Amino acid sequence: MQPQTALSRVGRLHTRTAWLILVALAVLALVVVPVLNLVVPPDHPLHMPGWMVTLAGRFLCLALVALALDLIWGYTGILSLGHGVFFAMGGYVMGAHLTRVAYDDGRLPNFLQWLDYSDWPWYWAGFDSFLFTLVMIGLVPGILAFIFGFLAFRSRVRGVYFAIITQALTFGGMHLFFRTETGFGGDTGLTNFDTLLGFELGTPGSRLALFWVSAATLITAYLLCRWIVTSKLGRVMTAIRDAETRLRFTGYDPLRYKLFVWVVSAVLCGVAGALYVPQTGVINPSEMAPPASIEMAIWVALGGRGTLVGAIVGAGIVNVVKTWATSAYPDLWLYILGAMFIGVTLFLPKGVVGVLGMLRRRRGGEA
Amino acid sequence: MNALSRSLDDFRELMRRDQVFDLVNRSARNDTVDMSHGVALYLEGITKSFDGFRALDDLTLYIGDGELRCIIGPNGAGKTTLMDVITGKTRPDEGSAWFGSNMDLLRLKEHEVAQRGIGRKFQKPTVYENHTVFENLELAMHADRGLVTSLTWRLSGEQHDRIGEILELIGLTARRDTEAGLLSHGQKQWLEIGSLLMQNPRLLLVDEPVAGMSGQETEATAELLTSLAGKHSVVVVEHDMDFVRSIARQVTVLHQGSVLAEGSMDQVQNAPRVREVYLGEEE
Repeated sequence: MQPQTALSRVGRLHTRTAWLILVALAVLALVVVPVLNLVVPPDHPLHMPGWMVTLAGRFLCLALVALALDLIWGYTGILSLGHGVFFAMGGYVMGAHLTRVAYDDGRLPNFLQWLDYSDWPWYWAGFDSFLFTLVMIGLVPGILAFIFGFLAFRSRVRGVYFAIITQALTFGGMHLFFRTETGFGGDTGLTNFDTLLGFELGTPGSRLALFWVSAATLITAYLLCRWIVTSKLGRVMTAIRDAETRLRFTGYDPLRYKLFVWVVSAVLCGVAGALYVPQTGVINPSEMAPPASIEMAIWVALGGRGTLVGAIVGAGIVNVVKTWATSAYPDLWLYILGAMFIGVTLFLPKGVVGVLGMLRRRRGGEA
Repeated sequence: MNALSRSLDDFRELMRRDQVFDLVNRSARNDTVDMSHGVALYLEGITKSFDGFRALDDLTLYIGDGELRCIIGPNGAGKTTLMDVITGKTRPDEGSAWFGSNMDLLRLKEHEVAQRGIGRKFQKPTVYENHTVFENLELAMHADRGLVTSLTWRLSGEQHDRIGEILELIGLTARRDTEAGLLSHGQKQWLEIGSLLMQNPRLLLVDEPVAGMSGQETEATAELLTSLAGKHSVVVVEHDMDFVRSIARQVTVLHQGSVLAEGSMDQVQNAPRVREVYLGEEE
C-alpha cells in the first residue's frame, strides 16, 4: 500500500468528531494521568494516588479483553465463553518471565524444588529473556487458539455448542494448571515478582509506566480492531454472523476468516493478560475458572455488542461496580452482576452504547 | 547423441503431469471451466441415500451451455438434494458430477464450487440483513477471496460501475444505501439474484425464485431469467406451473430421485407417467 493511501485509510477509520474524542481520551490517559500522579502534590485534591493508577491500568487490560471478545462475538457472531484461557496464557508467560527474573541467582522456586527439579525444566527455558517472553505472549495463546479453532471451525461447530466447548477448554486449562506437577505453581500460581526490565515493581514510576503501556496498547489495539471491522474483511465477518451459508455459496471460505479473527482475538487477550499480571502481582489458575470467562461476555453484552467502544465501556462499568461492590457488599456481588446482566438483556439488548446511539438519532431526528 | 535424446525422452515421460498422483498434480486454482462440448453440467448415475431413503436414485441429467432449464417435481422428489450435490453441500454415494468437461464437482468444497462459477439462490431469500444493498453486491462481486485482499480491499471505478449496472438491472438503485433487512420480500429475492450475477457465474441454480412475489414481480423475474440464458446456463426449480410455462424451453420432471420425463412443457405435461405421479391423476 502506498504511504498516501495508507494514511487516507487511517483517516477513514473514523469520522472527524470520533477522531477528536479518541485523541482527547488518549491525551487524558497518556498525559493528564501522569501529570496528576507525578506533578500534582499528594495533598492536593486532584492528585491521583499510585493505587488508583494501577487500578486504572488493570481496567484498561480488562477493556482490551472485552475488545478482543467483541471482535469475535459482536462482529463475527461466535460466542466464546473461554477467553479466560487466552488471558491466563498471556499472564502465565509474563509470570514465568517475572519468576525467572526474581530467581536469577540460581535458586529455584519452592514449587519446582518439591517436584525434585535441580534446574529449570525445559518448558521454563528462554523465559529469562524479555524478548523471548514478548514473542511467547503472542505465540502461546495464538497457537492454542489456532489448533482449537481449526478443529472446531472445520467441523462447523457453531452457536451454543461452540460456546460450551470453549467453557470446557478453559475449565480443562484451569485443572491442568491447578496440578502442582504441571510446574507452574499449582493453585497458588506464580507470585513474588520483584522487577521487570530492571525496574522494581510497585514503585510510583513503574506503576505509572505499566499504566502508560496498557493505555497505549489499548489504543493501538482499538485502532487495529477498527481497521479490521471497517475493511471488507469486517463486512465478511458480519456476513458470517448473519448468513454464513450464503457467504459460503458466494465463494468465501468461512473457516479461514473465522480462524483469523479467532486468533487475533486470542492474541489480544493474551497481551491483556501479560500486562495485567505485573499490575496485580499474581497469576493463578482461577483466571481460567469458567465464571471469569462468562463475566467477560457480560462486559461486552452490557456495553453493546458489535461496537468496539461498547466493549470498553462495558468492561469499565462492570469493573468499577465490582470494585465498589466487592468491598462494600462482598456477598451480594454476584447477585448485582446477575441483575445487571438480566437488566441489560431485557431492556437494553443493544447495550449501553446502543441506547446512547438511539438517543442521539432520536434527538437528531427531531432537530 | 541417440542415448542422450532417449534419456531426455525418458525424463519427459517421467515429468508428465497427467500421470502423477493427484495430490502432486493439483488443478490450478483459477482454471476456467471448459464448455467447448456445449455441455455445462454432467450428472451421471447419482445416488444419495439418507438413512435408507433414496433422495436421489441413479439420476442422470445434462444441462447445456447457455440453456434455461426448469426442474419440477412433487415434494421429496430430490430437487433440493440435487442442488446440494451440485454445489458441494452433499456428497453422493455414487455417481459423478462434472462442471464443464474439466471440473469434478465431487472433489470441491462449497466455496470452491462457487468460485469456479456456479451460483446458487436459495428458496428462502438470504441476504446480509445488516449490510446495505450496495455492500451486499460488493461482497458478492467476483474477486479474490483471500484474507489479505479483504483487508486492503478498495473498489476500483470499474467495479463501482459494475455494481451500478446490477443495481439498475434489479431495480434497486434508489435503495442502494438501505439495509437489506428493510427490503420487501420481493426486493430481497431480486437482491439475491443480483448478488448471484455479481459472481459472474457460468451456471445459476435458482430455487423457487418467484415464491411470495406479486404478479408483476413474477413477470419481471421471468423476463430477467430468460434474458440471462444464453450468456449463462440457468437451472430453475419451481412449483409455480404458470411461471414455468412462461420461461421454460426444456423441462425436467423429477420423481423419487430420478428423471421421470424430459422435454418441452407440452410434451412433459402430456406424458402419461407425469400425469399419473405429478398431477395425481389416476389411470
